[in-house]
Amino acid sequence: MTVEAPGAGALCRDHDDVVIDTGDDLKCRPLHTVDYSRCVLQPSRRTDDAGRVTRSPRRWGVALLALAPFALSGCGLSNFGAYPGATKTGRSTFHLWQGFTIGAIVIGGMTLALIVYASLRYRVKRHDADAVPRQTQYHLPMEITYTVVPIIIVFVLFAFTVVVENEVTALPAVAASNTIGVEAEQWGWTFSYPGFTIAGQTTSAPEMVMPEGENVKIVLTSADVVHGFYIKQFNFSRYALPGIINQFTFNAQQTGTFFGQCTQLCGVYHSLMWFRVKVVSAHDYGLWLASQQTRAARIAASAAGETIQEQNGAGVPIRPDYGGGTS
Amino acid sequence: MADFAVGLAEVGTIEHDVVHVHEHEHEHHEPTGILKWLTSTDHKVIGLSYTITSLVMFVIGGFLAELIRIQLVSPNGTFVSFAEYNQLFTMHGSLMIYLFAGPFAFGGIANIVVPLQVGAPDMAFPRLNALSYWLYLSGSITMLLGFIVAGGAADFGWVGYAPLSNAIYSPGAGADLWIAALLLTGFSAIFTGVNLCATIFYLRAPGMTMFRMPIFTWNMLATGILILLAFPVLTAGLIMLYCDRHFGTHIFTVPGGGVPILWQHIFWFWGHPEVYILALPFFGIVTEVIAVFSKKPVFGYKGMVFATITIAALSLGVWAHHMFTTGTVLLPFFSIMSLLIAVPTGIKIFNWIGTMWGGHVHFTTAMLFAVGFVVTFLIGGLTGIYLASPPLDFFTHDTYFVVAHFHSVVLALVMGGMAGLYYWGPKITGYLLDERLGKIQFWTFFIGANLMVMPQYVLGLEGMPRRVATYIPNPEWATLNRWATVGAVIMGISTIFFLFNVVYSWKRYPAGDNPWDAQTLEWFTSSPPPHHNYYALPPIRSERPTWDYHHPDAKSLAHGDHSPHGELHGEAPPEAFA
Repeated sequence: MTVEAPGAGALCRDHDDVVIDTGDDLKCRPLHTVDYSRCVLQPSRRTDDAGRVTRSPRRWGVALLALAPFALSGCGLSNFGAYPGATKTGRSTFHLWQGFTIGAIVIGGMTLALIVYASLRYRVKRHDADAVPRQTQYHLPMEITYTVVPIIIVFVLFAFTVVVENEVTALPAVAASNTIGVEAEQWGWTFSYPGFTIAGQTTSAPEMVMPEGENVKIVLTSADVVHGFYIKQFNFSRYALPGIINQFTFNAQQTGTFFGQCTQLCGVYHSLMWFRVKVVSAHDYGLWLASQQTRAARIAASAAGETIQEQNGAGVPIRPDYGGGTS
Repeated sequence: MADFAVGLAEVGTIEHDVVHVHEHEHEHHEPTGILKWLTSTDHKVIGLSYTITSLVMFVIGGFLAELIRIQLVSPNGTFVSFAEYNQLFTMHGSLMIYLFAGPFAFGGIANIVVPLQVGAPDMAFPRLNALSYWLYLSGSITMLLGFIVAGGAADFGWVGYAPLSNAIYSPGAGADLWIAALLLTGFSAIFTGVNLCATIFYLRAPGMTMFRMPIFTWNMLATGILILLAFPVLTAGLIMLYCDRHFGTHIFTVPGGGVPILWQHIFWFWGHPEVYILALPFFGIVTEVIAVFSKKPVFGYKGMVFATITIAALSLGVWAHHMFTTGTVLLPFFSIMSLLIAVPTGIKIFNWIGTMWGGHVHFTTAMLFAVGFVVTFLIGGLTGIYLASPPLDFFTHDTYFVVAHFHSVVLALVMGGMAGLYYWGPKITGYLLDERLGKIQFWTFFIGANLMVMPQYVLGLEGMPRRVATYIPNPEWATLNRWATVGAVIMGISTIFFLFNVVYSWKRYPAGDNPWDAQTLEWFTSSPPPHHNYYALPPIRSERPTWDYHHPDAKSLAHGDHSPHGELHGEAPPEAFA
């Protein structure tokens, strides 16, 4: 079942209603009666080399810093609660995350140990006004140490940051067929490919299709307010800003469907401004692109065009072929 | 007030090293009762009004937070509608940031404590101080009125990003009330900033040189300067936003040639110094509390002062780290500036540990809250380092990771504020708060706060965006959200313990002038202090005049001085030490 935008298609009189597509019928329902558990988006899958679906290795428990040293003792480095990243840059970001976290555990653990030690070791239970400890106020070598060492640490962190940042924000040349325009609006997304667009509102979660292993350029903007284009498994987000065009590159390293969502508050239905990213092999992408272009041309040729297009005003007629991807 | 300053210098007499000020009590015909609260220009009365009002805002803001947490107990919560939810978190953030944390610190605690700490009879401009309070109260009421107008309160988040906050996307009166409220409280903050700077620069008692000022006063000086630099920018931005909404300007709207992102620059140019305007007072409170309850001077006093100044200076150059994901700011510059703030902040944490080191640490409620502050702030500070790194910010921005990060920080600040109330409350009321109830309050708050933020860090890493009324029905997310809600409820219970403690301890435990064997000047006068604060001042020869007066043979030791108490007239250490 699919859930359409609130008030979409002027089918519902009450604008707070949503359209529920049960497969053979369209119904209007107040938004809050929608049982989201029945329209679960396909959980993003990780596949092994043979294409079998594997379970994501992340475990939320390991994010608890207290347990992290134990997680470290294994043969592989812990994820520390983050996703390993499904793109090249996402993976670099993930490794930066691991490095920062190890630093945070070492420094934070040491500092916490000092606080706890000082609290327990120097605790006195009875208030005795006459007993006065040594009134030490300065210890210059120590003070210099804990000024200089953090400065060095900061510059090390900064160096790694700059390396990863340059990789993440790099804009290599990309073929026109691999350039996808993304326009955010209240409360949906329009993905523009050469010759056709894919659009959808809220929980219909329009699907952006992109090839695996190739650089894909995203050209991002917004039609109204500020939105956030966020794909958690790409470890990346960028604001969609009105009047400003943002560009960045993805290079997906695995196929699958990934969940995306608006992260910047954009009005009432911000919570439901979903989308999907489907990564397919470069070969499949080429086929898909061709089929969609043919279809778009056919629709354009039928002179009157689809009436739905006018109704929605946002050019929504073409639904992506999910290819059995949705469960 | 001017007469008083002359009096201190000329009419005073010296008896046993103590300067006695001949104040003429009969000259003060202070009204009593309600009239006193309405007309007073006494910094202690205004400060107390500020403290109480801001605590009311804290309770209301906390109540809104509980409603938010109830909505998030299940993935498709129906406790409130989407529109109501947006109002809830907007008003929760606005109340806590604009109406609680800042006014509580610089209008409440600092208003009371700074003139006392520098030995001044009042703030430099007492009537301006009163105006500050009344503007703040009007602003607070204005903001709350949003809930009763058609369309409800402001619902675009406490940051009010344009163009969502313009008249097209947020047409209601609630948004206008929000802007009006911030203009009122903004001016209130600016006036308080003027008062703090003027008082600290010009009304210090004889002998109170800059480097003899307590750390809290130093921090309030830095805060005052930051207020003067930051708040006018926000006020100007709000006027622009109001013009966009009502007078047909297009400063932040694309169709008229405006630039929406300009709002973000203006907002965060105020907003990041604001983070330190909030934090520095609480750093100051905690510094004082840890020193007093370790019975030691502040370790690395001068380093602490320079750390404060460094934080204040750096905080003016980091605003765009809130805008890394806009793709329009120079990432490396704002990254290194933000990372560098970790250095002075780290120095402060190590100095707090150094102050406790080798001391006699008394775990009163105030001290518990102070140590709880350090621990919670450490977590919030460490996660802040991630957010200063643009690539890591890209994947955590606007997720619950950020929510968890700043709640670690601000909940630490609340603990610092509570430490301040338990520590300075007796000075201003004359009565101590109950320690047993205080300790229950501390442990419930500490556990609740960390129980709430820890699941939120995990939620953020797993991709849950902030400001959502509903989330994808992932059972793990539901479990984590429930734990966060449990934490929030425990904090709510803790606040009830606090309110009960205030009622329970009402005039129950007389404090005396110096119940904590404290160090700074304010503990030399009576509790509560007389109308113009001091009848007598001790000689001010260090940053601990009251301590020096009561412990003449326990001076602070310079580096390399290994004598047990410091040399004073070559006396042997007192028996108590052996």
